[in-house]
Amino acid sequence: MRIKRLFGIGFLPVFLVLCIFLFLQSDFCPAQEVGEVDILEESSTPPPAAPTDVKAVDTPNDNGHSITVTWTLSVDDGAGLGNVVSYEVLRSDAPDGEFEVRGLAPAGEESFEDKGAKEKGDANYLPAGVDFYYKVRAKGDGLFSDSEVSAPAHAYGQWYHTGKTPVVVAVLAFSTFALVFITLARKGKKLYIRPLAGIEAVDEAIGRATEMGKPILYILGLGSADMIATIASFTILSRVAKKVADYQTQILIPCNDPINMAVAQETVRAAYLEAGRPDQYKEENIYYLTSMQFAYVAGVNGIMLREKPATNFYLGKFYAESLLLAETGSLAGSIQISGTDEIAQIPFFVAATDYTLIGEELYAASAYLGKEPILLGTLKGQDWGKAVVMIALILGALAATFNFQFFLNLFRIQL
Amino acid sequence: MRRTLPIAVVAGVGFFMLIQYFIPREEFETLYEWALDWTMVIGAFAMALGLYSLTNMMLNKVKRKSEGWGFSLVALVGLFLMIFVGLVPHYQESLRYGTLFMDIFEYIYIPIQAAMFSLLAFYIASAAYRAFRARTVLATILLVSAIIIMLRLVPLGPLSAVNQWLVNFILTVPNMAAKRAFWLGVGLGATATALKIMLGIERGYMGRD
Amino acid sequence: MSFYERMMNLDRRWVYLVIGVVVVVTAIWSFAVPMYVTPEARSVYDFVDGLVPGEVLMIGVDYAPEVMAELHPMTYAITRQCFAKDAKLLLCCLHQNGPGMVEQVIAQVAEEYDKVNGIDYVYLGYKPYPAITILAMGQNFRIPFPEDYYGTPLDSLPMMRNMTNFDNVKAIINISGGSGTEYWINYANGRYNAKLAIGVTGVMTADYYPFLQSGQIFGLIGGMKGAAEYEYLAEKAGYISREKDQLWASKSMPIQTTTHIVIILFIVIGNVGYFMSKRKK
Repeated sequence: MRIKRLFGIGFLPVFLVLCIFLFLQSDFCPAQEVGEVDILEESSTPPPAAPTDVKAVDTPNDNGHSITVTWTLSVDDGAGLGNVVSYEVLRSDAPDGEFEVRGLAPAGEESFEDKGAKEKGDANYLPAGVDFYYKVRAKGDGLFSDSEVSAPAHAYGQWYHTGKTPVVVAVLAFSTFALVFITLARKGKKLYIRPLAGIEAVDEAIGRATEMGKPILYILGLGSADMIATIASFTILSRVAKKVADYQTQILIPCNDPINMAVAQETVRAAYLEAGRPDQYKEENIYYLTSMQFAYVAGVNGIMLREKPATNFYLGKFYAESLLLAETGSLAGSIQISGTDEIAQIPFFVAATDYTLIGEELYAASAYLGKEPILLGTLKGQDWGKAVVMIALILGALAATFNFQFFLNLFRIQL
Repeated sequence: MRRTLPIAVVAGVGFFMLIQYFIPREEFETLYEWALDWTMVIGAFAMALGLYSLTNMMLNKVKRKSEGWGFSLVALVGLFLMIFVGLVPHYQESLRYGTLFMDIFEYIYIPIQAAMFSLLAFYIASAAYRAFRARTVLATILLVSAIIIMLRLVPLGPLSAVNQWLVNFILTVPNMAAKRAFWLGVGLGATATALKIMLGIERGYMGRD
Repeated sequence: MSFYERMMNLDRRWVYLVIGVVVVVTAIWSFAVPMYVTPEARSVYDFVDGLVPGEVLMIGVDYAPEVMAELHPMTYAITRQCFAKDAKLLLCCLHQNGPGMVEQVIAQVAEEYDKVNGIDYVYLGYKPYPAITILAMGQNFRIPFPEDYYGTPLDSLPMMRNMTNFDNVKAIINISGGSGTEYWINYANGRYNAKLAIGVTGVMTADYYPFLQSGQIFGLIGGMKGAAEYEYLAEKAGYISREKDQLWASKSMPIQTTTHIVIILFIVIGNVGYFMSKRKK
């Protein structure tokens, strides 16, 4: 019901406005015809023979400011006179107009992409929808031969990037798994998820801080607010903050990013409001330190050694500072729960903290803490997605071994 | 409305950004760049917010002469000094080698950063000593692999060639497979989290549920 | 506490003290360490060595001062090798604290080889948002960088006259201390098929073997050891000289060796203490 309302209220109007805006901006272009060319020979001392069969077509899967030129190699390229050094691609807006050089391709190359800029003021601007004519010049030994002029071609943007089809299929399949399990979870089906030691220790860690009368230190990491790890950390913070507000424990959140600070302040304030203790919320406990990595570490280490928090949470995006934080926390005698999707830092957290959430376990933590059926359903959907990936990996390895190209080509992506 | 509007904006913009990834047309590219420009603008305003928060906190510490207030004073002086030196006389000039801004960067900032980073060498040693215990079979395998990798720098005479082969094998076979599995798991997890956020299932980032 | 329990629970300050002493002693009384060059570092060296005069190599310098001990030697060695081959260099920086790093390298090395800005090398400068910058450079360098680092319009630089985008550079070597490398792999190589090699810190090296195996990168220089391997090859060919103190990473290898030995010893001591105290119980 919530999802339907969401789509009804928010998504449709926004999407409609965008569609109208784009429709007014766009021009739909017909299919492009291409032509054939004949060989044109230059006279005097033997220059390399001209390339043949020059064709110009709109570059597929682009933004509409690029034309691809192809040709058949000159007979003197690697054979015959063997004097082709490079091919020069020339363009004009009229078949008998002045041609300008658009680029070079080395000998042996049979195509060239004439990429233009999309801004009108740019010297390299290639307007969409305008016919251009191309010819290719074989060059070598200071001499050259020009091909026939190609048929006109114009650039236009595509509505769908065919090279990303595997991504579409993967996203749809994955979303289907997630939605199926969300539906099952809503219907009351019990979904088993394996226990995570780090998640189960959260309550105990907060309780420890309350008993000791010491604060909790929550580090959101060095990522910006648009990173998935940071967002996952916010969702965990919202649950930790609720418990902290209930137990009336102090929470310190020094932030590396001002936006993170703003979100963290709002999260913790809302938690205290919900717990019925708005007067106990202290905004000065959630502040911006610095964006510089090691200056931030120095600041946080100072807080740890002065305040001696009972519990440290390191949840988010961490880099080289991970071990510095974890070891100092260990020195301060804190119980430490860490989690990051930064693969290189996981070994340091595993070695130096008490509990570690590895990679996607960080993303799943909010589902574990809240135990809401919908969140658990998406976790199960994720697991099924992984199962499909594993099967695809095995099949792909077999296909690569036996050179079954058809199967391999199904997964090729052109960015 | 306070709860619905942010979710609607996130869903609308999120789905648009997802769809524009598959549509190469110029108009969608322009909108994508426009969205990214707005991210930069918001970041710039947020930096002003952060600067205010930091300055306010440090000034209060200095005023009240709280524990460690001297460090706050040093931080404030450093902050405003760099801003001043960087902007005066002309900000682009200050980026050239030999200017006061670059001198402070090279002779104060770089050594401080390098010193902090070098602490890692000591912390790795103490963390390895504490954590690398052969408690279980898996821990033992981890321990042995770590020692083999560390030994690649140590001259072992005739054993060096064997050790180098083992290092190469560990890095290019089991390590590569494990990293690939990590990347896949993290990628799927990030996709699921993004879907949950766009569908409004995950709302922790709003600061409330 | 028994002797073995003490072995297991040594105060970490003893560990720090021993490490500190070992580092200082090795720095004073250094020794030569035999160098085994990995295939991945060699492939980067061989590629740069194969450059002909006039070809352009692009270096993306994406690191801050804290990792300069590992990455700066790579940048220096590659830059010196390039200039010695009379190849041209196009440099850019996508890390906010990196512009000073590049300025330091290029100012010093250009002077050594009498190379002229705008003719032999161009330093584009710094831009935020690596993904957008790399995508834009793939279309035209002038989109994100209409001027170079020093404020000169790119079109007025002789070296940039025939340079439009990644198609005009022989290869890109990204030297990075953070996650910027992924953007180069995804966009420069994935989208524009640019030939790409990377130099990363020791901790990050293990993460990028999948990309090496899949062919998305053709070489990988891993950490200070990788930098030392590169310097070893460059010194053999005469591009850098020990007498001129140009082998930074190689100088640090003995220190890294002894430190690793000490760490291994501490691990052994800890495990001996663990097993002996377990047996006693």
